[in-house]
Amino acid sequence: MKRRTKFHINPKHVLIAGIILCLGLIGISFRFGEHLTPVRAAVGSVFVPMQKGINIVGSYISGKLDTFKNMNDLLEENAKLKDQINVLIYENKMLLQDKYELDGLRELYELDQKYLDYPKVAARVISKDPGNWYSVFEIDKGTKDGLKEDMNVLAGNGLVGIITEAHYNYSVVRAIIDDKSNVSGMFLKTSDTCMVRGDLQLMDEGKIRVELIGKDAEIEEGYEVVTSHISPNFLQGILIGYVSDIELDASNMTKTAYLTPAVDFEHLEEVLIITELKEPRLDEAPTE
Amino acid sequence: MKRLIVYLLEIILCFVIQTSTFHYFELADVMPNLLLILVVSNAYMRGRLTGLSIGFFSGLLIDLIFGDVIGLSALLYMVIGYFIGFTNKIYSNDDYTLPIVFVAISDLVYGFFYYIVEFLLRGRLNFLLYFSRIILPEMIYTIAASVIFYKLFHMINNHLDRKINEED
Repeated sequence: MKRRTKFHINPKHVLIAGIILCLGLIGISFRFGEHLTPVRAAVGSVFVPMQKGINIVGSYISGKLDTFKNMNDLLEENAKLKDQINVLIYENKMLLQDKYELDGLRELYELDQKYLDYPKVAARVISKDPGNWYSVFEIDKGTKDGLKEDMNVLAGNGLVGIITEAHYNYSVVRAIIDDKSNVSGMFLKTSDTCMVRGDLQLMDEGKIRVELIGKDAEIEEGYEVVTSHISPNFLQGILIGYVSDIELDASNMTKTAYLTPAVDFEHLEEVLIITELKEPRLDEAPTE
Repeated sequence: MKRLIVYLLEIILCFVIQTSTFHYFELADVMPNLLLILVVSNAYMRGRLTGLSIGFFSGLLIDLIFGDVIGLSALLYMVIGYFIGFTNKIYSNDDYTLPIVFVAISDLVYGFFYYIVEFLLRGRLNFLLYFSRIILPEMIYTIAASVIFYKLFHMINNHLDRKINEED
Protein backbone atom coordinates (compact mmCIF):
# COMPACT_ATOMS: atom_id res chain seq x y z
CA MET A 1 0.00 0.00 0.00
CA LYS A 2 1.43 3.29 -1.01
CA ARG A 3 0.30 5.73 1.62
CA ARG A 4 2.35 8.72 0.64
CA THR A 5 1.22 10.56 -2.42
CA LYS A 6 4.05 12.21 -4.31
CA PHE A 7 3.69 15.94 -4.61
CA HIS A 8 4.70 17.15 -8.01
CA ILE A 9 5.80 20.66 -7.36
CA ASN A 10 8.61 21.99 -9.45
CA PRO A 11 11.27 23.17 -6.98
CA LYS A 12 12.03 26.00 -9.35
CA HIS A 13 8.61 27.51 -8.75
CA VAL A 14 9.00 27.18 -5.01
CA LEU A 15 12.36 28.94 -5.27
CA ILE A 16 10.87 31.81 -7.23
CA ALA A 17 8.01 32.12 -4.74
CA GLY A 18 10.53 32.06 -1.89
CA ILE A 19 12.68 34.74 -3.48
CA ILE A 20 9.67 36.99 -4.00
CA LEU A 21 8.63 36.40 -0.39
CA CYS A 22 12.10 37.27 0.89
CA LEU A 23 12.36 40.40 -1.22
CA GLY A 24 8.93 41.39 0.06
CA LEU A 25 10.04 40.86 3.63
CA ILE A 26 13.18 42.91 3.04
CA GLY A 27 11.05 45.70 1.60
CA ILE A 28 8.64 45.53 4.50
CA SER A 29 11.37 45.61 7.11
CA PHE A 30 12.92 48.66 5.46
CA ARG A 31 9.66 50.56 5.31
CA PHE A 32 7.72 49.37 8.33
CA GLY A 33 10.50 47.95 10.49
CA GLU A 34 8.93 49.01 13.74
CA HIS A 35 5.69 47.13 13.04
CA LEU A 36 7.58 43.86 12.96
CA THR A 37 8.74 44.19 16.54
CA PRO A 38 5.82 42.16 18.00
CA VAL A 39 6.66 39.27 15.64
CA ARG A 40 10.30 39.36 16.68
CA ALA A 41 9.31 39.58 20.33
CA ALA A 42 7.09 36.53 20.01
CA VAL A 43 9.83 34.49 18.35
CA GLY A 44 12.34 35.74 20.87
CA SER A 45 10.26 34.79 23.88
CA VAL A 46 10.10 31.22 22.59
CA PHE A 47 13.83 30.93 22.03
CA VAL A 48 15.27 32.86 24.93
CA PRO A 49 14.42 30.25 27.59
CA MET A 50 16.03 27.55 25.43
CA GLN A 51 19.12 29.65 24.84
CA LYS A 52 19.33 30.38 28.54
CA GLY A 53 19.21 26.70 29.38
CA ILE A 54 21.79 25.66 26.84
CA ASN A 55 23.97 28.59 27.75
CA ILE A 56 24.26 27.25 31.28
CA VAL A 57 25.45 23.89 29.93
CA GLY A 58 27.92 25.57 27.58
CA SER A 59 29.43 27.82 30.18
CA TYR A 60 29.70 24.88 32.55
CA ILE A 61 31.63 22.78 30.03
CA SER A 62 33.89 25.58 28.92
CA GLY A 63 34.44 26.53 32.55
CA LYS A 64 35.56 22.98 33.32
CA LEU A 65 37.89 22.94 30.31
CA ASP A 66 39.40 26.24 31.36
CA THR A 67 39.99 24.92 34.86
CA PHE A 68 42.19 22.11 33.62
CA LYS A 69 44.01 24.33 31.21
CA ASN A 70 44.80 26.93 33.80
CA MET A 71 45.72 24.78 36.76
CA ASN A 72 49.49 25.12 36.34
CA ASP A 73 49.30 28.78 35.52
CA LEU A 74 47.26 29.32 38.62
CA LEU A 75 49.77 27.68 40.94
CA GLU A 76 52.51 29.89 39.60
CA GLU A 77 50.36 32.92 39.74
CA ASN A 78 49.33 32.16 43.29
CA ALA A 79 52.91 32.27 44.53
CA LYS A 80 53.50 35.52 42.72
CA LEU A 81 50.31 37.05 44.01
CA LYS A 82 51.15 36.21 47.60
CA ASP A 83 54.28 38.29 47.30
CA GLN A 84 52.28 41.03 45.75
CA ILE A 85 49.74 41.06 48.54
CA ASN A 86 52.35 42.10 51.06
CA VAL A 87 53.43 44.97 48.89
CA LEU A 88 49.87 45.96 48.22
CA ILE A 89 48.85 45.98 51.86
CA TYR A 90 51.49 48.56 52.47
CA GLU A 91 50.55 50.57 49.40
CA ASN A 92 46.91 50.35 50.30
CA LYS A 93 47.53 52.08 53.58
CA MET A 94 49.28 54.89 51.81
CA LEU A 95 46.48 55.14 49.28
CA LEU A 96 43.84 55.27 51.98
CA GLN A 97 45.51 58.32 53.38
CA ASP A 98 45.54 59.83 49.92
CA LYS A 99 41.88 58.98 49.52
CA TYR A 100 40.85 60.93 52.58
CA GLU A 101 42.74 63.85 51.23
CA LEU A 102 41.09 63.41 47.85
CA ASP A 103 37.62 63.28 49.38
CA GLY A 104 38.26 66.55 51.05
CA LEU A 105 39.52 68.12 47.87
CA ARG A 106 36.56 66.79 45.89
CA GLU A 107 34.12 68.43 48.21
CA LEU A 108 36.03 71.62 47.84
CA TYR A 109 35.86 71.55 44.09
CA GLU A 110 32.31 70.20 44.08
CA LEU A 111 33.23 67.48 41.69
CA ASP A 112 30.37 65.05 41.40
CA GLN A 113 31.11 61.53 40.28
CA LYS A 114 28.35 61.54 37.81
CA TYR A 115 27.79 58.05 36.69
CA LEU A 116 28.14 56.45 40.08
CA ASP A 117 24.73 57.91 40.81
CA TYR A 118 22.83 56.58 37.81
CA PRO A 119 20.34 53.82 38.67
CA LYS A 120 21.61 50.52 37.31
CA VAL A 121 20.34 46.98 36.64
CA ALA A 122 22.59 43.94 36.30
CA ALA A 123 22.01 41.41 33.52
CA ARG A 124 23.66 38.29 32.15
CA VAL A 125 24.82 37.82 28.58
CA ILE A 126 22.93 34.81 27.22
CA SER A 127 23.72 34.58 23.54
CA LYS A 128 25.74 36.06 20.78
CA ASP A 129 25.04 36.90 17.17
CA PRO A 130 25.32 33.63 15.16
CA GLY A 131 27.73 35.01 12.57
CA ASN A 132 31.28 36.10 13.01
CA TRP A 133 30.87 39.56 11.55
CA TYR A 134 29.23 41.51 14.31
CA SER A 135 29.39 42.04 18.02
CA VAL A 136 25.75 41.96 18.90
CA PHE A 137 24.56 39.99 21.90
CA GLU A 138 21.46 39.27 23.95
CA ILE A 139 21.00 39.87 27.66
CA ASP A 140 18.42 38.23 29.90
CA LYS A 141 16.60 41.37 31.03
CA GLY A 142 13.97 43.26 29.09
CA THR A 143 11.09 45.67 29.39
CA LYS A 144 9.88 43.55 32.31
CA ASP A 145 12.81 44.89 34.31
CA GLY A 146 12.39 48.43 33.08
CA LEU A 147 14.83 48.35 30.19
CA LYS A 148 14.19 50.40 27.10
CA GLU A 149 15.78 50.97 23.75
CA ASP A 150 18.85 53.27 23.73
CA MET A 151 19.79 52.55 27.32
CA ASN A 152 23.53 52.46 27.94
CA VAL A 153 25.24 49.22 28.88
CA LEU A 154 28.32 49.13 31.11
CA ALA A 155 30.65 46.48 32.44
CA GLY A 156 33.15 47.11 35.18
CA ASN A 157 33.76 50.81 34.78
CA GLY A 158 33.56 51.21 31.03
CA LEU A 159 31.01 51.51 28.29
CA VAL A 160 29.99 48.27 26.56
CA GLY A 161 27.32 49.42 24.15
CA ILE A 162 23.73 50.37 23.73
CA ILE A 163 20.43 48.49 23.70
CA THR A 164 19.11 48.38 20.17
CA GLU A 165 16.01 46.32 20.84
CA ALA A 166 14.20 45.79 24.13
CA HIS A 167 11.70 42.96 24.39
CA TYR A 168 9.69 41.56 27.26
CA ASN A 169 12.32 39.32 28.82
CA TYR A 170 15.41 39.94 26.72
CA SER A 171 17.20 42.75 24.94
CA VAL A 172 19.67 43.03 22.12
CA VAL A 173 22.86 45.01 22.74
CA ARG A 174 25.22 46.42 20.14
CA ALA A 175 28.78 46.62 21.46
CA ILE A 176 30.91 49.71 20.78
CA ILE A 177 33.47 47.52 19.01
CA ASP A 178 30.83 46.53 16.47
CA ASP A 179 31.51 47.66 12.95
CA LYS A 180 28.28 49.66 12.82
CA SER A 181 28.73 51.42 16.12
CA ASN A 182 29.39 55.16 16.38
CA VAL A 183 29.79 56.91 19.70
CA SER A 184 30.41 60.57 20.20
CA GLY A 185 33.25 60.90 22.67
CA MET A 186 35.25 63.54 24.47
CA PHE A 187 38.71 63.73 26.00
CA LEU A 188 38.27 64.06 29.70
CA LYS A 189 41.26 66.35 30.21
CA THR A 190 40.86 68.75 27.33
CA SER A 191 37.12 68.46 26.49
CA ASP A 192 37.93 67.97 22.80
CA THR A 193 35.21 65.95 21.08
CA CYS A 194 35.73 63.01 18.75
CA MET A 195 33.91 60.06 17.16
CA VAL A 196 34.59 56.55 18.47
CA ARG A 197 33.86 54.16 15.65
CA GLY A 198 33.94 50.36 15.86
CA ASP A 199 36.03 48.65 13.20
CA LEU A 200 36.17 44.94 12.45
CA GLN A 201 39.66 45.42 11.07
CA LEU A 202 40.99 46.50 14.47
CA MET A 203 38.91 44.17 16.59
CA ASP A 204 41.68 41.56 16.69
CA GLU A 205 44.06 43.99 18.29
CA GLY A 206 41.39 44.83 20.83
CA LYS A 207 41.21 48.39 19.61
CA ILE A 208 38.71 50.74 18.06
CA ARG A 209 39.17 53.84 15.98
CA VAL A 210 38.79 57.43 17.12
CA GLU A 211 38.11 59.91 14.36
CA LEU A 212 37.42 63.59 13.82
CA ILE A 213 39.60 64.92 16.59
CA GLY A 214 40.22 68.61 16.06
CA LYS A 215 43.66 69.45 14.67
CA ASP A 216 44.50 71.71 17.57
CA ALA A 217 43.45 69.28 20.26
CA GLU A 218 46.32 68.94 22.69
CA ILE A 219 46.04 65.27 23.39
CA GLU A 220 48.61 62.69 24.36
CA GLU A 221 48.72 58.93 24.49
CA GLY A 222 46.89 57.42 27.42
CA TYR A 223 44.30 60.16 27.74
CA GLU A 224 40.87 58.99 28.82
CA VAL A 225 37.98 59.19 26.38
CA VAL A 226 34.51 59.46 27.88
CA THR A 227 31.08 59.83 26.26
CA SER A 228 30.48 63.43 25.37
CA HIS A 229 27.83 65.97 26.21
CA ILE A 230 26.73 66.23 22.57
CA SER A 231 25.85 62.55 22.14
CA PRO A 232 22.11 62.04 21.63
CA ASN A 233 21.93 58.56 23.18
CA PHE A 234 24.86 58.13 25.53
CA LEU A 235 24.88 59.66 28.98
CA GLN A 236 27.72 62.02 29.61
CA GLY A 237 30.97 61.01 31.24
CA ILE A 238 31.05 57.23 30.89
CA LEU A 239 34.57 55.96 30.37
CA ILE A 240 35.11 54.42 26.92
CA GLY A 241 38.85 53.77 26.96
CA TYR A 242 42.35 55.09 26.54
CA VAL A 243 43.73 56.67 23.41
CA SER A 244 46.96 55.75 21.59
CA ASP A 245 48.75 56.13 18.21
CA ILE A 246 47.56 59.65 17.46
CA GLU A 247 48.11 60.68 13.85
CA LEU A 248 47.34 63.74 11.78
CA ASP A 249 44.99 62.95 8.88
CA ALA A 250 45.97 63.52 5.27
CA SER A 251 43.50 66.38 5.10
CA ASN A 252 45.49 68.24 7.77
CA MET A 253 42.20 69.16 9.44
CA THR A 254 41.58 66.34 11.85
CA LYS A 255 43.46 63.73 13.80
CA THR A 256 42.81 60.01 14.01
CA ALA A 257 43.81 57.73 16.85
CA TYR A 258 43.24 54.27 18.23
CA LEU A 259 41.47 53.55 21.46
CA THR A 260 41.81 50.64 23.86
CA PRO A 261 38.41 49.98 25.44
CA ALA A 262 38.18 49.92 29.22
CA VAL A 263 36.07 46.75 28.99
CA ASP A 264 37.31 43.24 28.22
CA PHE A 265 34.95 42.26 25.41
CA GLU A 266 36.35 38.73 25.12
CA HIS A 267 35.10 37.71 28.54
CA LEU A 268 31.86 39.57 28.86
CA GLU A 269 29.44 37.68 31.07
CA GLU A 270 27.66 40.17 33.24
CA VAL A 271 26.77 43.73 32.34
CA LEU A 272 25.13 46.70 34.01
CA ILE A 273 22.43 48.71 32.32
CA ILE A 274 21.80 52.31 33.27
CA THR A 275 18.03 52.56 33.48
CA GLU A 276 18.02 56.24 32.78
CA LEU A 277 17.73 57.60 29.27
CA LYS A 278 19.37 60.72 28.06
CA GLU A 279 16.71 63.38 27.88
CA PRO A 280 15.06 62.96 24.48
CA ARG A 281 14.76 65.97 22.26
CA LEU A 282 11.08 66.82 21.93
CA ASP A 283 9.37 69.34 19.72
CA GLU A 284 6.29 69.58 21.87
CA ALA A 285 5.48 68.98 25.49
CA PRO A 286 4.83 65.27 26.13
CA THR A 287 1.17 64.37 26.53
CA GLU A 288 0.78 62.87 29.96
CA MET B 1 4.77 14.49 8.48
CA LYS B 2 7.28 12.85 10.76
CA ARG B 3 10.00 14.19 8.52
CA LEU B 4 8.64 17.70 8.86
CA ILE B 5 8.72 17.59 12.64
CA VAL B 6 12.26 16.23 12.62
CA TYR B 7 13.41 19.01 10.30
CA LEU B 8 11.80 21.63 12.49
CA LEU B 9 13.46 20.20 15.59
CA GLU B 10 16.80 20.08 13.80
CA ILE B 11 16.57 23.73 12.79
CA ILE B 12 15.62 24.88 16.27
CA LEU B 13 18.28 22.77 17.97
CA CYS B 14 21.01 23.89 15.60
CA PHE B 15 20.04 27.52 16.03
CA VAL B 16 20.01 27.35 19.81
CA ILE B 17 23.31 25.47 19.94
CA GLN B 18 24.88 27.85 17.47
CA THR B 19 23.91 31.01 19.32
CA SER B 20 24.31 29.90 22.90
CA THR B 21 27.07 27.34 23.03
CA PHE B 22 29.40 27.70 20.09
CA HIS B 23 30.96 30.96 21.14
CA TYR B 24 32.57 29.10 24.00
CA PHE B 25 34.43 27.04 21.42
CA GLU B 26 35.65 29.85 19.23
CA LEU B 27 38.99 29.34 17.51
CA ALA B 28 40.73 32.36 15.99
CA ASP B 29 37.62 34.32 16.92
CA VAL B 30 35.26 32.49 14.59
CA MET B 31 32.70 29.80 15.11
CA PRO B 32 31.49 27.14 12.68
CA ASN B 33 28.27 27.83 10.82
CA LEU B 34 26.14 24.94 12.01
CA LEU B 35 22.96 26.05 10.29
CA LEU B 36 24.74 26.09 6.95
CA ILE B 37 25.93 22.54 7.53
CA LEU B 38 22.34 21.55 8.25
CA VAL B 39 21.05 23.19 5.09
CA VAL B 40 23.77 21.77 2.85
CA SER B 41 23.64 18.22 4.23
CA ASN B 42 19.88 17.99 3.86
CA ALA B 43 19.92 19.57 0.43
CA TYR B 44 22.52 17.03 -0.65
CA MET B 45 20.63 14.10 0.86
CA ARG B 46 17.08 15.10 -0.10
CA GLY B 47 17.22 17.48 -3.02
CA ARG B 48 16.27 20.98 -3.99
CA LEU B 49 12.88 21.34 -2.34
CA THR B 50 14.10 20.21 1.08
CA GLY B 51 17.24 22.31 0.73
CA LEU B 52 15.44 25.49 -0.05
CA SER B 53 12.76 25.12 2.60
CA ILE B 54 15.20 24.30 5.39
CA GLY B 55 17.38 27.15 4.19
CA PHE B 56 14.47 29.55 4.19
CA PHE B 57 13.34 28.71 7.70
CA SER B 58 16.76 28.73 9.31
CA GLY B 59 17.58 32.03 7.61
CA LEU B 60 14.30 33.49 8.73
CA LEU B 61 15.03 32.48 12.31
CA ILE B 62 18.38 34.27 12.25
CA ASP B 63 16.75 37.36 10.78
CA LEU B 64 13.97 37.43 13.32
CA ILE B 65 16.23 37.16 16.34
CA PHE B 66 19.34 39.00 15.26
CA GLY B 67 19.02 40.68 11.87
CA ASP B 68 18.23 44.26 11.08
CA VAL B 69 16.59 43.41 7.80
CA ILE B 70 14.19 40.48 7.78
CA GLY B 71 14.55 38.23 4.77
CA LEU B 72 18.19 38.75 3.91
CA SER B 73 19.69 35.64 5.50
CA ALA B 74 16.55 33.73 4.56
CA LEU B 75 17.15 34.57 0.92
CA LEU B 76 20.83 33.65 1.10
CA TYR B 77 20.32 30.33 2.89
CA MET B 78 17.41 29.46 0.62
CA VAL B 79 19.36 30.03 -2.59
CA ILE B 80 22.30 28.03 -1.25
CA GLY B 81 19.95 25.21 -0.26
CA TYR B 82 18.36 25.22 -3.69
CA PHE B 83 21.59 25.04 -5.66
CA ILE B 84 23.19 22.44 -3.41
CA GLY B 85 19.96 20.50 -3.99
CA PHE B 86 21.07 19.85 -7.57
CA THR B 87 23.90 17.70 -6.22
CA ASN B 88 21.27 15.25 -4.94
CA LYS B 89 21.56 13.60 -8.37
CA ILE B 90 25.03 12.32 -7.49
CA TYR B 91 24.07 11.44 -3.93
CA SER B 92 25.57 8.23 -2.65
CA ASN B 93 24.72 6.76 0.69
CA ASP B 94 28.26 6.20 1.88
CA ASP B 95 30.14 9.12 0.48
CA TYR B 96 31.33 11.31 3.33
CA THR B 97 33.76 13.54 1.43
CA LEU B 98 31.58 15.09 -1.22
CA PRO B 99 29.14 16.82 1.16
CA ILE B 100 32.08 18.34 3.00
CA VAL B 101 33.30 19.84 -0.23
CA PHE B 102 29.82 21.25 -0.79
CA VAL B 103 29.80 22.69 2.71
CA ALA B 104 33.13 24.38 1.98
CA ILE B 105 31.89 25.86 -1.27
CA SER B 106 28.66 27.13 0.17
CA ASP B 107 30.34 28.65 3.21
CA LEU B 108 32.65 30.50 0.85
CA VAL B 109 29.70 31.74 -1.20
CA TYR B 110 27.82 32.65 1.97
CA GLY B 111 30.75 34.63 3.36
CA PHE B 112 31.29 36.37 0.06
CA PHE B 113 27.70 37.52 -0.35
CA TYR B 114 27.43 38.47 3.28
CA TYR B 115 30.46 40.69 2.82
CA ILE B 116 28.96 42.31 -0.27
CA VAL B 117 25.58 43.01 1.26
CA GLU B 118 26.60 44.05 4.74
CA PHE B 119 30.06 45.52 4.30
CA LEU B 120 30.81 46.49 0.71
CA LEU B 121 27.59 48.45 0.47
CA ARG B 122 28.71 50.47 3.49
CA GLY B 123 32.00 51.29 1.79
CA ARG B 124 34.29 48.80 3.55
CA LEU B 125 36.55 47.95 0.65
CA ASN B 126 39.29 45.93 2.28
CA PHE B 127 38.06 42.58 1.01
CA LEU B 128 41.33 40.71 1.57
CA LEU B 129 41.29 41.48 5.25
CA TYR B 130 37.73 40.28 5.70
CA PHE B 131 38.56 37.24 3.63
CA SER B 132 41.54 36.21 5.72
CA ARG B 133 40.06 37.36 9.02
CA ILE B 134 36.60 35.80 8.81
CA ILE B 135 35.65 34.02 5.62
CA LEU B 136 38.62 31.66 5.44
CA PRO B 137 38.85 30.71 9.14
CA GLU B 138 35.10 30.27 9.29
CA MET B 139 35.25 28.00 6.25
CA ILE B 140 37.98 25.83 7.73
CA TYR B 141 36.28 25.55 11.07
CA THR B 142 32.96 24.80 9.43
CA ILE B 143 34.56 22.04 7.36
CA ALA B 144 36.00 20.51 10.50
CA ALA B 145 32.64 20.66 12.23
CA SER B 146 30.81 19.27 9.21
CA VAL B 147 32.85 16.05 9.39
CA ILE B 148 31.02 15.26 12.62
CA PHE B 149 27.72 16.93 11.97
CA TYR B 150 27.21 15.54 8.48
CA LYS B 151 27.50 12.03 9.89
CA LEU B 152 24.92 12.92 12.48
CA PHE B 153 22.45 14.37 9.98
CA HIS B 154 23.10 11.45 7.67
CA MET B 155 22.29 9.04 10.45
CA ILE B 156 19.05 10.85 11.25
CA ASN B 157 18.09 10.85 7.58
CA ASN B 158 18.76 7.13 7.15
CA HIS B 159 16.83 6.36 10.27
CA LEU B 160 13.87 8.34 8.97
CA ASP B 161 14.03 6.57 5.61
CA ARG B 162 13.98 3.20 7.27
CA LYS B 163 11.07 4.12 9.53
CA ILE B 164 8.98 5.36 6.64
CA ASN B 165 9.77 2.32 4.51
CA GLU B 166 8.73 0.02 7.32
CA GLU B 167 5.40 1.75 7.61
CA ASP B 168 4.65 1.34 3.91
